[in-house]
Amino acid sequence: MQEMTVKGVRIDDTFAEAFGMRATAVLITADSIRWARQAALTMTGFATSVIGCGCEAGVAGEVAAEQTPDRRPGVRVLLFAVSTAELQKQLQARVAQCVLTSPGSACYAGLDGEETLRLGNALRYFGDGWQISKRFGSKHYWRIPVMDGEFLCEATTGLTKQAVGGGNLLIIGRTTQTTLAAAEVASAAIAKVPDVIAPFPGGIVRSGSKVGSKYKGVPASTNHAYCPTLRGAVVTALDPGAACVLEIVIDGLTSNAVAAAMAAGVAAIIELGPERGAMRISAGNYGGKLGPHHYHLRNLLP
Amino acid sequence: MNPLVLTLRERPDQRLDLASLVPHRLAGMTVAEIEKIELQTTRRRVVLADVFRLRMGEAAHIRIEASSNRLDRIGHEMAGGEIVVEGDVGAWAGRLMADGHLTIHGSAGPWAASGMKGGTMEILGDAGDRLGGPAAGETAGMRGGIVLVRGRVGERAGDRMRRGTIVVEGAAGPYAGSRMIAGTLVVVGRTGPLPGYLMRRGTIVLDEGSDCMSPTFIDCGVHDLVTARLTAGFIAPYSARAARLFSTPLRRFAGDMAALGKGEIFTRP
Repeated sequence: MQEMTVKGVRIDDTFAEAFGMRATAVLITADSIRWARQAALTMTGFATSVIGCGCEAGVAGEVAAEQTPDRRPGVRVLLFAVSTAELQKQLQARVAQCVLTSPGSACYAGLDGEETLRLGNALRYFGDGWQISKRFGSKHYWRIPVMDGEFLCEATTGLTKQAVGGGNLLIIGRTTQTTLAAAEVASAAIAKVPDVIAPFPGGIVRSGSKVGSKYKGVPASTNHAYCPTLRGAVVTALDPGAACVLEIVIDGLTSNAVAAAMAAGVAAIIELGPERGAMRISAGNYGGKLGPHHYHLRNLLP
Repeated sequence: MNPLVLTLRERPDQRLDLASLVPHRLAGMTVAEIEKIELQTTRRRVVLADVFRLRMGEAAHIRIEASSNRLDRIGHEMAGGEIVVEGDVGAWAGRLMADGHLTIHGSAGPWAASGMKGGTMEILGDAGDRLGGPAAGETAGMRGGIVLVRGRVGERAGDRMRRGTIVVEGAAGPYAGSRMIAGTLVVVGRTGPLPGYLMRRGTIVLDEGSDCMSPTFIDCGVHDLVTARLTAGFIAPYSARAARLFSTPLRRFAGDMAALGKGEIFTRP
């Protein structure tokens, strides 16, 4: 494998392989940004991977009060799933259990789309007959009486079939501390890119997986080629100095958004440099035959 | 933009039916064809050229000048474009209007915006009884669009309204929002007795309150609701006065309990 070195950080000449996904977005508002964040965090908890969580979800950014429909501070959440039916199921369950329940919250469409998913149209039945439909221009809302007043929820939100899931960066470093520092700056840079999320804890995943396992019925297992403790025992992808690998997985509403996020992450890691951060950046793929979207690291360099 | 201008020569001696003078019907017609359009409502035949001076222009923009309250059905089934009227209009202005803008720089007669489905109607003067209401035999009145009245409105504004928004900046007569099925009616001025009479669902917002609230509306307390913010945001581009009404918490009355009882009247606390 060829390598490039930029400011002392080695970049593998490889690519991230990503898949088409269905995605939607909602905008959650509350009386304060603290409670908008709380509802968004609760809704996107346990949504790291479609393998075990049904969907991948995360906070795509905060929206200033002047830009939300009800002029209260808001947080935009993106949800990704492998099918429209699963996305609808996850959206409905998560908004019902995590946003409807959060004090003072309201929930709006976070995406325009020709195709739509049911939002308030599904949750209105919680109102037990006391729900109120309101149309203002082209917008349709449901008002559902709850114990702190009303939960206001837009009837539908948009669906996109152009979304991409599985963009990724493998960050390889000499120590746990420096590798985490590199992953943190990359995660922070990616958080500023619109229309993307990094669904794992704090945007970072330490247990990258490979497809399959030696055990029957286990769909994914540890990516042993990148486990530093197995470096001498298996065919490894790591060099002698590497002691830690962290991964950032990126889902985006468009392929361009994923590429922009990966480029922002790479730039941040290079900016931090090999002494304080990572010695090497790589990316995960399956040989290029499974996923239609390929993001070559050499095309993403600053 | 070069509007098609119709100037009334003098107050007509019979009521005239202007239903055919809407952009989508005049589109593609020649001056000669337009001048021959019949407008009479009695046995005495009247063509357009008899009562109007016509200055040809784009049919999508119609101006009616020196109008009179004897001109009925202006903007009937209007499907787009714009009609601006200088002066008063008669009954049924904007009846079944589906899209476009109808502006009346004067007062409108009864049944303005009757059965309106969409678009925007602005009346700078007053409006008569049954604004947005249904014609005899119809089960629903206004079912979409937005109506703004800068002056006062008569009895039963928003009667049997099903959807859409009516904003009245002046006072409203008795039974405002009677038999409402849904939709939103905002009255900035004082409202006559029994607003929301027999309403089933829908929202009425009263700034100065009513002369006499029906006892079948039940006080549900003072609330600061997100829906008020949305309503204010939607109305603000049309009427800053009406939008200001939502800046403080409002008292909610549920009713009419003599009907379905799922409607509401908001008033100042």
